[in-house]
Amino acid sequence: MSAHSSASRPRFEPDPTRGHFSNYVRFLWRAVIDATDGNGWFYAWMTLLSAVALVGLNAWATQIHHGMVVTAMTDHVSWGLYIANFTFMVGLAAGGVMMVIPAYLYHDDEMHDVVIVGEMLAIAAIVMCIAFVVVDLGRPDRAWHLIPGIGVFHWPMSMLTWDVLVLNGYLLINLHICGYLLYMRFIGRRPNPRWYVPFVFISIVWAISIHTVTAFLYCGLGGRPFWNTALLAPRFLASAFVSGPAFIIIGLQILRRVANVHISDRPLSVLANIMRVTILINLLMVASEVFTEFYSGTSHTSAARYLYFGLHGAHGLVPWIWTSVVFGIVSAILLLRPGVIAHKTQLTIACVLAFVAVWIEKGMGLIIPGFIPSTLHEIVEYSPSLIEWQIMAGIWALGLLVYTVALKIGLPVLTTPHASKH
Amino acid sequence: MSRRTALKIAGATLGAAAFAKAVAPITQWAADQSVDEFLQQHYRELSPADMAKVIERLETETKIDYGADVHISDPKPQPGVKFGYALNLSVCVGCRRCAEACHKENNHDRLSGNSYIRVFEMQKGTIDLEQGNTTYTHAVPDPQKYYMPVQCQQCDNPPCVHVCPVEATWKEKDGIVVVDYNWCIGCRYCEAACPYHARRFNWTKPQVPQEEINPVQAYLSNRIRPQGVMEKCTFCLHRTREGRLPACLEACPTGARVFGNLLDPDSEIRWVLANKRVFVLKEELGTKPSFFYFFDK
Repeated sequence: MSAHSSASRPRFEPDPTRGHFSNYVRFLWRAVIDATDGNGWFYAWMTLLSAVALVGLNAWATQIHHGMVVTAMTDHVSWGLYIANFTFMVGLAAGGVMMVIPAYLYHDDEMHDVVIVGEMLAIAAIVMCIAFVVVDLGRPDRAWHLIPGIGVFHWPMSMLTWDVLVLNGYLLINLHICGYLLYMRFIGRRPNPRWYVPFVFISIVWAISIHTVTAFLYCGLGGRPFWNTALLAPRFLASAFVSGPAFIIIGLQILRRVANVHISDRPLSVLANIMRVTILINLLMVASEVFTEFYSGTSHTSAARYLYFGLHGAHGLVPWIWTSVVFGIVSAILLLRPGVIAHKTQLTIACVLAFVAVWIEKGMGLIIPGFIPSTLHEIVEYSPSLIEWQIMAGIWALGLLVYTVALKIGLPVLTTPHASKH
Repeated sequence: MSRRTALKIAGATLGAAAFAKAVAPITQWAADQSVDEFLQQHYRELSPADMAKVIERLETETKIDYGADVHISDPKPQPGVKFGYALNLSVCVGCRRCAEACHKENNHDRLSGNSYIRVFEMQKGTIDLEQGNTTYTHAVPDPQKYYMPVQCQQCDNPPCVHVCPVEATWKEKDGIVVVDYNWCIGCRYCEAACPYHARRFNWTKPQVPQEEINPVQAYLSNRIRPQGVMEKCTFCLHRTREGRLPACLEACPTGARVFGNLLDPDSEIRWVLANKRVFVLKEELGTKPSFFYFFDK
């Protein structure tokens, strides 16, 4: 549509005399304005994130130019910080729906208003997942080989092709739900449940599928005993349902402060109650695995010994994993105290600790020990290089950029009263 | 124009300039990539005419990048042949000449000293690799030890092939697991899946001095690999498919290595399998290796 065709109305406001196509373009225009307009703090925040993202982009460009030799990865430890973060982010994306389940499965109306915060987290997390996989490719220019039809898609044999399908599918489902709800709000109509409720239920099942498939990537490898356990997928889910709610609890509290938006205590207490259960299930599963590994004492347990206590003088991951264990236990104790929901500082501390604990456990504590010792039992340690840290920071900044923009566009849903029924 | 709009435009301009600066290394890298290489199809989609063009391009690129005149062929599996390899642990002395021969034959990167073979110095009384050691520097053989070279086992049920998301690696009719270096996306899932540490990644562009380049090359084996892709032992298919023996076998001073056609009942390898005490590595994983170890006594 031409920008001059609607002189009567600003082109970023809905025009009821026009069709959906025209109004959708107006909606997108509105979104661009919302996403780039704000107070000084907003600009400072966005500038900071952009700067970090550019540092990461430059590091990635350097990696493409010189090869992955600029990382600390080797033929012994052939996946590192990128795949560690990827695995964690899949969990965060899945954990985003923890907002959705109480709202829709249990008809908790107060959760409905903030459910979009979880859906948007899922979108930002999936964008980060894709970015972490792309930066891990030795030949990102050949990524088109993965596109069914023009490339060669080794489905259903390769679990990685399943992951491509479920991650992109999850992104589309969540984009659809968020986009539809926001667009309806934009044109002042009440959303038709037929066009989003089925997708909400699909997204719940789909969230479980993305983390299950990602676990299958690892646990399907018979040559890597540390990963080759049936408990991997359930553990992934339990930890995802810790990290997702933890992030949203922190996010909602920040939103309360920086945005002019009313968020009741109800979502916070629902999420904290979810975490009380999931963090215990997660710790139980960790204990179960640790017992199996150490009590049996078979030679297959050397990766676990390396991770928790060090092996033959190498103990690079010991500080990481004990940080995770201690943070997880302290967070569980804080969360189990009855008064934690009223005491926001404690709640925030518990969430930060739980988030970091899961980030380590699903990342450095899961991916790296899969390679140490190697399949031929050689011990080559790994500690990420500066380039890897820069790229990681860049992708986190990119994710926060996406999340901030999404929230900025979505805030009207939280701040304006419901549209009347049509 | 309002002050705010002016600031936005200034910010966007600054951002675009910073973006261009940040991605500059990619443009440098892209200058070395050809459109033909980018658009090249999967190995099995290439007609003989396509392959001839690809090989011509690769030979030209090798000349430009490394200064060497090389000949790249594309030998096919022979009917009625399935290769097998056996290694006599009673006579191997751990001299690592096989690993060195592999390094030279296959045009490996000189800086990393890469080879498809790792030789383990093992404790007598155990086949537990955890008690083995690859970094020994003393004179060999140590009479208290025995030696076990490990390379690609050319599995009949290869985990690396199953996991590849783009079918850039597959098992040929003669049993050799190969990689199309021009199709691999470099995700390294195969490297995680292989139980034998048989796969290698090109962490950077391989460096080989012009005079040391082995000019007898094949598309699926020892041609100089591009940066960012996987590679592996191919039983020297550029030699073995032409009726020669693998370079590692020819280099072995003790005759520990036996190579041949598993489908030929009169072959030496069949005799070894029938008459020696033979085992395969990690049999419990169900990978069905075509690489066997045996003892004389």
